[in-house]
Amino acid sequence: MHPVLKTVLQRLGLGLLTLFVVSVMIFASLEMLPGGFAEAILGQGATPETVAAFNHQLGLDRPAALRYFEWIGNVLHGDFGYSYAGAGGSIKKSVSAIIAPRLYNTFFLAIMTAIFAVPLALFLGIMAALHRNSLFDRAVNAATLTTIATPEFFIAYLLMFFFAIQLKWFPSLSTVSEGTSLLEHIYRAALPSITLTLVIVAHMMRMTRAALINLLASPYMEMARLKGVSQRDAIIHHALPNAWAPIATVIAFNLAYLVVGVVVVEVVFVYPGIGQLMVDSVSSRNMPVVQACALIFAATYILLNLSADIVSIVTNPRLLHPK
Amino acid sequence: MKSDNKQRVKGEALLEIRGLKIEGNSDGVWHPIVKGVDLTLKRGEVLGLIGESGAGKSTIGLAAMGFARPGCRIAGGTIMFDGIDLRAVSEDEKRKLWGARIAYVAQSAAASFNPAHKLIDQTVETAVRDGLMPRDKAVADAVDLYGRLQLPNPQSIGGRYPHQVSGGQLQRAMTAMAMSCRPDLIIFDEPTTALDVTTQVEVLAAMRNIVEEFHTAAIYITHDLAVVAQMADRIMVLRHGLEVEEAPTREMLKEPKKDYTKTLWAVRKLAKEESISDDVTLSVRNVDASYSGVVKVLDNVTVSLPRGRTVAVVGESGSGKSTLARAITGLLPPTKGEILFNGKPLPRALKDRDKDTLRRIQMIYQSADTSLNPKQTIRDIIGRPLEFYHGIKGAARDRKVAELLDSIELDESYIDRLPTELSGGQKQRISIARALAAEPDIIICDEVTSALDQIVQEEILTLLMKLQKDTNVSYLFITHDIATVRAISDEIVVMHRGKVVQQGPKTQVLNPPFPAYTELLLSSVPQMDPDWLTNLLAERARAKVKA
Repeated sequence: MHPVLKTVLQRLGLGLLTLFVVSVMIFASLEMLPGGFAEAILGQGATPETVAAFNHQLGLDRPAALRYFEWIGNVLHGDFGYSYAGAGGSIKKSVSAIIAPRLYNTFFLAIMTAIFAVPLALFLGIMAALHRNSLFDRAVNAATLTTIATPEFFIAYLLMFFFAIQLKWFPSLSTVSEGTSLLEHIYRAALPSITLTLVIVAHMMRMTRAALINLLASPYMEMARLKGVSQRDAIIHHALPNAWAPIATVIAFNLAYLVVGVVVVEVVFVYPGIGQLMVDSVSSRNMPVVQACALIFAATYILLNLSADIVSIVTNPRLLHPK
Repeated sequence: MKSDNKQRVKGEALLEIRGLKIEGNSDGVWHPIVKGVDLTLKRGEVLGLIGESGAGKSTIGLAAMGFARPGCRIAGGTIMFDGIDLRAVSEDEKRKLWGARIAYVAQSAAASFNPAHKLIDQTVETAVRDGLMPRDKAVADAVDLYGRLQLPNPQSIGGRYPHQVSGGQLQRAMTAMAMSCRPDLIIFDEPTTALDVTTQVEVLAAMRNIVEEFHTAAIYITHDLAVVAQMADRIMVLRHGLEVEEAPTREMLKEPKKDYTKTLWAVRKLAKEESISDDVTLSVRNVDASYSGVVKVLDNVTVSLPRGRTVAVVGESGSGKSTLARAITGLLPPTKGEILFNGKPLPRALKDRDKDTLRRIQMIYQSADTSLNPKQTIRDIIGRPLEFYHGIKGAARDRKVAELLDSIELDESYIDRLPTELSGGQKQRISIARALAAEPDIIICDEVTSALDQIVQEEILTLLMKLQKDTNVSYLFITHDIATVRAISDEIVVMHRGKVVQQGPKTQVLNPPFPAYTELLLSSVPQMDPDWLTNLLAERARAKVKA
């Protein structure tokens, strides 16, 4: 087996192990939350008897370990269980059915943002490294630092004010539903996407710049120069291939953020993503939904970091082509 | 193989440098590095630049391309390359010359090849980019050059990545890269300094032949006079950014005129009277050691160290000589065999040894820069073993530190300095004082003079010998440098691939009959004779024919 494939499989195995540990932690920490679904739904006037009856109906009176294994066993079969909300009535709604459209929206926004933000960050980073300490470099640094330092809801409101209210280019609310067409979806998600772009570009751009500049002092970069390679070619052909590992790590980190950290932006633009769903489910103690969301977030982090690891390996000839 | 590099036809002047001044910036202040150097190089001629570190030789080599490293600037003088004023033309103009008409071969090929690209892509890069050759033709030419430089498998070696070939092969590949556009001038900047002597011979021969074959002019920069004697038609000696003297190679070797040049020869004359003793203090018996558990880095090694004597351990990189030091100090517990210290077995691992045993075996490392804590004053560095092993504190400790400073010939006033304020030689003296403070029976010296200039080396070796006379300490002296071995040792251990090839008194090991490897090692050490390389290669060719 090629050593790279072996490493990837090893990392994948480790990722699964991590996911298992995370699932235990999610379950345990939710168990420790004060109050339960019954108290949340029945309100302050609930008698202990009704709460107990409610819990019995949901199966919450059984031991936690039993419920954990039941849950994780079902998850392994692709069954995330049923939402507590409406569990008592005739229409039981599966967690998958609740999450699926929200997850689609979240991934839609994340991918749309990534397609725009990652190339932009790389381009700015390379240009800044190429013209380091120039006016351009300083301007890009200052601008990206400003956008990362500004709270994202504030950026969101600023964009909304200029582009939705003043210029009326985009809608201020990003409500989408299952019937929304692709183009319409893109149009409606434009402002949240721009907001997120402004938030994540700084980190990626600065890492690209730093990773490249870090390599400029290496003897092979001096050699490239003394071979008559131009500054631009030196950075793109000689420095960049050696700089992918740290850049990929930062990109993975920011892409993960696009999936798991965007609740504020979702709320501001009333975009029906998974972040909002999770926050709502936590406040109503709708545990099956919360657990599913948390597990999806963890898997996203693990998969993206795994991809970054793979990029680091395949861009390193020492690992890709062993002696 | 064509031979004598002294009889080549020289053309008209190719490079003329007049009044070259170069400045370096430290903490915002420009201070001179090169203070007005004149240099003329004819077509097809090889000029050797020689001097200690800080003499400005690499800086001049780069300036001959019109290039100054970041933090340096060419402050004055003219650099005319084939009628082009390199100080006047634009960066773009220079870029067209670089690689195509002036090429550079760097000291560390391992660091100067881009790890991300195959050798062949890097070799043909300039030729293809400048449109001198279509790619397939450039590749065919590179394969031809690989062959001429005697790289193994010239057809396929270009498909390998830099980390997949050895240091000596990389250095030859870099020469092929420099040669790919058939430049008029090549700057060789210490190209063999990082190589083992046995590898160096092959690389020197390959470089000399190809330069001769294509009638390329070259500037050969090195600190090793014997190496430059093989390569250069003329030698220029530099010191502190100024020319000391310049003469044709043979003349320079026969009768150097300036005192400074004569001192460059000095270390070669330093030699200790060998003295043999049967009073063994440390005895390594049949020791195996391994880092991975699979490959034996030490294989059945037996070495003994007599009291108050110096045993030199010589070998190439990878021979296991530093691993032997790690096994003795307990940093790498041996997997087999035993080590007797003053007749008693030494616990294998460092953690099992008591304080007194630890005190008796001290170590000095190659790089004083990294083995001295830069944040500690000399008082703390030397005072620490005094406190730790002997419990000497306060004013008594300071008195003892002052005594030790005196014994390493440094003034008492150094006590409050930081290592960063000292020169390389002074730092190594501090390392010696730190080892001595423990009052050890044995000091293991791991390449302690390798990073130092010749003159400083001599001072350190002389000091070590004096201290041995005063304290009767034993040295296990690890080095790859035969001249150093000659200077300091009583006995010699020759190591090769983890095995001891030979141990014996100095005069015995350095004189025939030799085991095959010792012969190879000793004959590979460059000699001051300008015909040494030519004769050696002829001799080896004859021996090969016979075999």
